[in-house]
Amino acid sequence: MNHEEIEISVKNFNLWYADNQALKNINLDIPRRRITALIGPSGCGKTSFIRCLNRMNDLIPTVRTEGEMLLNNENINHKDVDVVSLRKKVGMVFQKPNPFPSSVFENVAYGPRIHGEKNKQQLAQIVEESLKNAALWDEVRDRIDRSALSLSGGQQQRLCIARTLAVHPDIILLDEPCSALDPISTSKIEDLMVKLKEHYTIIIVTHNMQQAARVSDYTAFFLHGKIIEFDETKKLFKKPKEKSTEDYITGRFG
Amino acid sequence: MKVRENVVKIGLCSTSLMAVAALFIVVAYVFFNGAGIINLSFLLESPYRFEYGGIFPQIIGSLCLVGICLLFAVPLGVASAIYLVEYAPDNIVTASVRFFIECLAGIPSIVIGLFGLVFLVYRLGLGISMLSGGLTLGFMILPWTVRASEEAIKTVPYSYMEASLALGASKWQSIYGVILKSAYPGIITGILLGMGKAMGETAVVLLTAGSGLESFLPQSILDPVASLPVYIYMLATQGHTEASYSRAFGASLVLITMFLIISMFAMFLRNRYITRNSGF
Repeated sequence: MNHEEIEISVKNFNLWYADNQALKNINLDIPRRRITALIGPSGCGKTSFIRCLNRMNDLIPTVRTEGEMLLNNENINHKDVDVVSLRKKVGMVFQKPNPFPSSVFENVAYGPRIHGEKNKQQLAQIVEESLKNAALWDEVRDRIDRSALSLSGGQQQRLCIARTLAVHPDIILLDEPCSALDPISTSKIEDLMVKLKEHYTIIIVTHNMQQAARVSDYTAFFLHGKIIEFDETKKLFKKPKEKSTEDYITGRFG
Repeated sequence: MKVRENVVKIGLCSTSLMAVAALFIVVAYVFFNGAGIINLSFLLESPYRFEYGGIFPQIIGSLCLVGICLLFAVPLGVASAIYLVEYAPDNIVTASVRFFIECLAGIPSIVIGLFGLVFLVYRLGLGISMLSGGLTLGFMILPWTVRASEEAIKTVPYSYMEASLALGASKWQSIYGVILKSAYPGIITGILLGMGKAMGETAVVLLTAGSGLESFLPQSILDPVASLPVYIYMLATQGHTEASYSRAFGASLVLITMFLIISMFAMFLRNRYITRNSGF
């Protein structure tokens, strides 16, 4: 860990939904241009955690947070932070593919457009580049004007990744991106993640232990709103330090 | 058991047939009594007394009134719906506003017409005019456009909003760029229903827009304007001759046809929009 550059540093972070504390004293350093997997049973706080990283929790009125999440030495959760420019830096791909009901092109062009890109050629170039980076270009190049909803689930999810890439974020959050996909689409997205970590910091929430083991460099194990263990993935899976980590990754509960 | 099932089935079938037949009889009656009078000169000439001439000013007048009504009610209705769904806090005030709008939709049109007459025509001095009529019609359908737009906006999946916000779009950008686009077909349907109500409305127009028999085209929005429903009302109540009744039926047939054409056009727009975006 010492040799890694840190992208996001989380210090003593707590989160409440009304009176219910969902995250308890989280401390975590997320390394730059690596894949960090968050694992743990349902309801352990993984999703609550990554939704803080791009402030999507702001949409829930009862949420209250305490502590620091530092990105470029700026506390993400400070009330003065410009949420729009934060979300431009921290992209997110959701559990269920959620392309807009418009064409493939429009889906990818949407982000650059709202951020002020008007030049048609420039847009076309960004769209092509993003689709290529999301390993989808070859499959959709002939039907870029067709509706995004005509794509398969796996293609839709890669389209959502392309849509995120088009905004040029530094960090990509993936919230169980493969849970609604078949094994072939899943392996395509896994290959894609490994390719993307050359340029992006990737944080993925997953319920799939093998997936975490296959793609991630670091893994954090969450339980009851706490991080029980955080380590290099190889170490954590081969020789977990905590008993509950071992029980979870060997499938004894969860 | 089997017998009972069949009795229910046949019973329901015959009642629905009766309902369809009742509607069919009305349309057929209008058609047979009105079709004979319709020709080019009926459509393109101005009326002269009760028994002569055509209904050109009435057709144009009706279209103008509906146009002003929509220009007023649609932007206001859609904007209020956006506020109510996306911005208004979830509290008693918002709930009361919603309830109030629902109640407004139930106000009899003659009451709204009376308001238009006293407030717009006299108090604001707009006179019996196209503007007064269109605005009053707008008041009448406003609750309907708010309600329909609200429903349409509510049915847009929350995941679209989330996706847009996660890309760094502001709330308004998300509403404008994603939510409204997806809600568009539903909003169109709502506008259509409102338009149908406005187009056939008689009481409001009678009190605020004109006497229906005007034989001239309005030169400005402050001129009185003829309209098909009021024309029909006049012929039916004042004409008392075979010729005026058949003219009333002819005008009715034109009114129904106009509404059908506009509906079909709107449906076409809506369906084209849906197919283009659903990908099938």
